[in-house]
Formats: sequence, C-alpha cells, structure tokens
Amino acid sequence: MASGEEDGAVEEKETNNKKKRTKSAIAIAWLTVYNIAMTAGWLVLAVAMIRFYLQKGTHRGLYRSIARTLKFFQTFALLEVGHCAIGIVRTSVIVTGVQVCSRIFMVWFIASSIRQVQNQESVILFLVVWTVTEITRYSFYTFNLLNHLPYFIKWARYNMFIVMYPLGVIGELMTIYAALPYVRRSGMYSLRLPNTYNVSFDYYYFLIIVMLSYIPRKKFTPIVHHKTTLFAVSKIISEINVHMCKLYIYIL
Amino acid sequence: MDALALEATQPKKVAAPAAAPGPSAPVPTKRKPAKKTKKAVVFFEVEILDAKTKDKLCFLDKVEPNATIGEIKSMFHRSHPQWYPARQSIRLDPKGKSLKDEDVLQHLPVGTTATFYFRDLGAQISWVTVFLTEYAGPLLIYLMFYFRVPFIYAPKYDFTTSKHWVVHLACMCHSFHYVKRLLETLFVHRFSHGTMPLRNIFKNCTYYWGFAAWMAYYINHPLYTPPIYGEQQVKMALIIFLFCQIGNFSIHIALRNLRPPGSKTRKIPYPTKNPFTWIFLLVSCPNYTYELGSWLGFTLMTQCLPVAFFTLVGFIQMTVWAKGKHRSYLKEFRDYPPLRSPILPFIL
Repeated sequence: MASGEEDGAVEEKETNNKKKRTKSAIAIAWLTVYNIAMTAGWLVLAVAMIRFYLQKGTHRGLYRSIARTLKFFQTFALLEVGHCAIGIVRTSVIVTGVQVCSRIFMVWFIASSIRQVQNQESVILFLVVWTVTEITRYSFYTFNLLNHLPYFIKWARYNMFIVMYPLGVIGELMTIYAALPYVRRSGMYSLRLPNTYNVSFDYYYFLIIVMLSYIPRKKFTPIVHHKTTLFAVSKIISEINVHMCKLYIYIL
Repeated sequence: MDALALEATQPKKVAAPAAAPGPSAPVPTKRKPAKKTKKAVVFFEVEILDAKTKDKLCFLDKVEPNATIGEIKSMFHRSHPQWYPARQSIRLDPKGKSLKDEDVLQHLPVGTTATFYFRDLGAQISWVTVFLTEYAGPLLIYLMFYFRVPFIYAPKYDFTTSKHWVVHLACMCHSFHYVKRLLETLFVHRFSHGTMPLRNIFKNCTYYWGFAAWMAYYINHPLYTPPIYGEQQVKMALIIFLFCQIGNFSIHIALRNLRPPGSKTRKIPYPTKNPFTWIFLLVSCPNYTYELGSWLGFTLMTQCLPVAFFTLVGFIQMTVWAKGKHRSYLKEFRDYPPLRSPILPFIL
C-alpha cells in the first residue's frame, strides 16, 4: 500500500513540474499583478490611518473609517490559498489557509461585528502590525517576481517579524479578551437548546478556545522563518556587493 | 576463487543481483569444507547499523541462512533489551521499506555478510489493547450521559430518565454497536500487525471518547427534541441500523474465514452464501460501507447534528482507508475484479 502511494506521487510530481514550467508565464504575470495590487491596497490603508490620526488626533473612530477597505483587502487574500492549491506558490495550503482564516476571523467576527471593541488601543496595535507586515510581504513578493529585490526589503522581511509577530499576537489577544463581556451579555452567534437539530454553540466559550489556541500555534511560524533566515543570510552576503554597487550608481 | 566456491555451495540461494556482494565488508566467512559434502552450510554474518547515524549497533555471526528477519530481531533484542522486536524496523536501505518478519535471510539480496539498517519505531502497543480501550470508552461514557450522572446537566435532572422512547432506543443501539465491536476485537478479527505506535492510543481515544461525549450530551439532554417525522422516522432508522450491523458483522466473519488462524495471508474476498456478503461484487471494503450505513441510521434516528458530523468525519477517514486497501488489492492481485469500487458502489 505504501509503495503504491510513493510510485504514484513521484509520477505526479514529474508531470506537475512540467505543468508548472508551461504555466509559468501566465502565473508569474498574474502573481505580479496580484502582489502589486495588494501592496497598493495596504499602502492605502496605512496612509488612511495616518491621515485620520493627524486630522483627528485620536484613534477613536479610526477603525470605522478604514473598515471597508480593510475588509476588502483582507478578504481578497483568500486568493492566496487558491494559489497554493493550484501550485503556483510553493507554500502549504494548510499553513496559508490557517493564516488567512485567522485574519478574516479577526476582521469579520471580532472587530467588525463587536462595535464596542473598535475603539480599543489593541485594535490599533494589530492594525499597525498587519499593515507593516503586509506591505513588507507583498512588496517582497513583487520584487522577487520581478527579479530585482532591494536589500532593505529582504532585510525587513526576515527581521521585522521578530518584533511584529509577538506584537500582533498581543494586539489580537487583547482585542478578543476585551470583546468577551459583550459577547456573553448579548449571546451573539450562539445557538441554544432546544432546537430541531439538537445542537448548541456558545460563542463565548468558542472565543476562549480561540485565545488558548494562539499560544502553541505562534511558536512554530518563527521557527520556519528562522530556517529561511539562515538561507537568506548566505544569499544576502553574496548579493550585498551587487546591490550596493547598483545603489551607488543610481544615486550618482 | 572464493566467490566461485561460495556459489557452488549455495544451491538454494536465489540468484542475487550482481551488485550484492560488493558493499559488504570482505570478512572471510566460516564454512565447513565445501568440496566433498554437498550439504555444507554457509553461515551468514549479520551486522546491524543505525539508519540515521550509521553506528554499528550489533554484529551477529553464525546466523543460519534460513533464519527469518523475526529471528534476527529476537537476537538483536537480546543484545539491546530496550528494543523489543515489535519496535524494530529492519531494512536493507536506510530510507527503504521495512523488511517483513517472514522474510528469509538467504532469499534477500545480501552477501554472506548482510548489512541491515535499524530504525526505532518508538514505544509500541498491541492493536487489541488499543481497540479495547478506544471502544470501551464510548460504551461507558454514553451510559454516564444516559443515566444523567451528576455534574453534566443541571442538578434537578440528576439520575432522571428521558421521557422520549427514542432516547432509550438510541442508548440501546449505541451500546449494542460498541459491545459488538469489543466482542469482534476479542473473537473475530485477525490482525496483520501485532502492534502500533503508542501515541496512536491517545489520538484514537481522544477521537472516539470525545465524539461519544459530544453526541451523548445532546441525545440525553433534558431539552432533547425527538425526530420531526416521529415514529416513522425512528422505525425506518432502526431498520437501516440493524441491517447494516448484521451486514458489518457478516463481512467481518467472511474476512476472518479468508485467513487461517495465526497466519497473515492475504486473499481476495468473494461473496459467500450469506446475502449480506453479496456486496463484495461491487465494493472492496464493504465493512466500511455497512459502518457508514449504521451511522447514517443512527443519525436519522436521533436527528442530532453532532451525530451527523461524527458520521461525516468517520466516512472521510474510512474512504481514505478503503482507497488505500483497494489500491493494494489491485497491486497485489492481477485478477482483481474490475467492477469493484473502494467503498461506495460505482461512486467512490
């Protein structure tokens, strides 16, 4: 049984590689457009947030003002799961899926649906973290696809997560925690007995489970990045000269 | 000259690939004078290396050529008592497949000094133990909910019974199902492997016990709502459930009869005189088909969403297993009936 699976997998991989090579041109074009669009989107969000804060001097009402744009661009990221599924992006579908789903959950089921938490500082914290992370990530992918990766983007991609990830986790956890009393009081998204299908669901306890699930999950992603950092360091050293030369020439 | 003499004295040895004697250490083998007697026995030497570190773990000399891997495992166990045979994986190649216990040393593509690679499979537990534990749990847990043991529902409901007769029927069906499974584990099933990794018992028990508790909570709840179509629905569901239970049992008996006691032979199952086994014409793993049917019956009987969810998850897992089994049947037997599907006739 096991050997049968292995043989099949090897043959499939070979045909997949051939398929990838012929799909490449369209795939690269689409991915470039997608990543540029997403970089632009998150830049728009960043600018909107800064403008709001400069004009109003407070974070109150900031979430409301950017909510629609945020919902649009964060939900659009679902396409990335599709990219992994088709194979034009070499990441695990499950990892990407979990990442995108947790973001969508925060946006649609916490921040947007529970108005009372929208003015919390923790919301601003995770919004800032997300914006910085996403702009770095999408611009990294864009430059990679165009085969012209500035050193500072690469540096940002592999180093900023050390600070961003914990801050993001703190922001999200604090927001969920702040939402708990309102959820309990309103009984939102909950299903009580008796009902025809003999099932019940308590959103309050569900949120507590979600909060608990943050802890082990976030431990693993930095380890993955660590390995890529080691590879990146060796590449960076060899590429520093090239980029420095180009930079000096450009300035001159 | 040595090589020629070796070949002359090993009439039973199956033609080994040309590369076989190459990588082995050129240690002179002990043998009795080969020129006069035709029945000279060439003893093998076996060295066992760790598959990852390539450290030499064990060296066995004077090994009979017709020794099986199982016997070699026992000998290895003697020198390393912490690795009992069930947790040894012996292979020809560090990344290759495990050799079976029945494989005979001289029929393997090795020279007279055989090099094997060892991988520790981790702590093992017998299949029988795992099955008994994972099936006893749901049986007891469901009964705890049925009898409304304290601390589950509100105190005023402690030790009360449900007023709906379908709840009593559901308890009987669920308990019958797991008692049947326990008895089958003890008296019917013939297992290919003796053991599985220890961590499986935690994974499996969490699955079975967790789902049993979740289902039992709602079915035995004081606020339980009986099925919409009342008695008709429950009777229909009961018929489906019983039909599939008998079917499942018939298949288990048929599979047991394929295999003589204590053996690990594999044969194609065929329909027998029992009408419940006629489904073998269309399906490779009808035990899973009947199992799905039983749980669909139970879902219909209780009209409970957690039960439907449990049925779905079980169906997905059984489909994966059925597809694997179907594929291995096709690989092993050239004359495998083409009409058969893994789990659902013509569909899946």
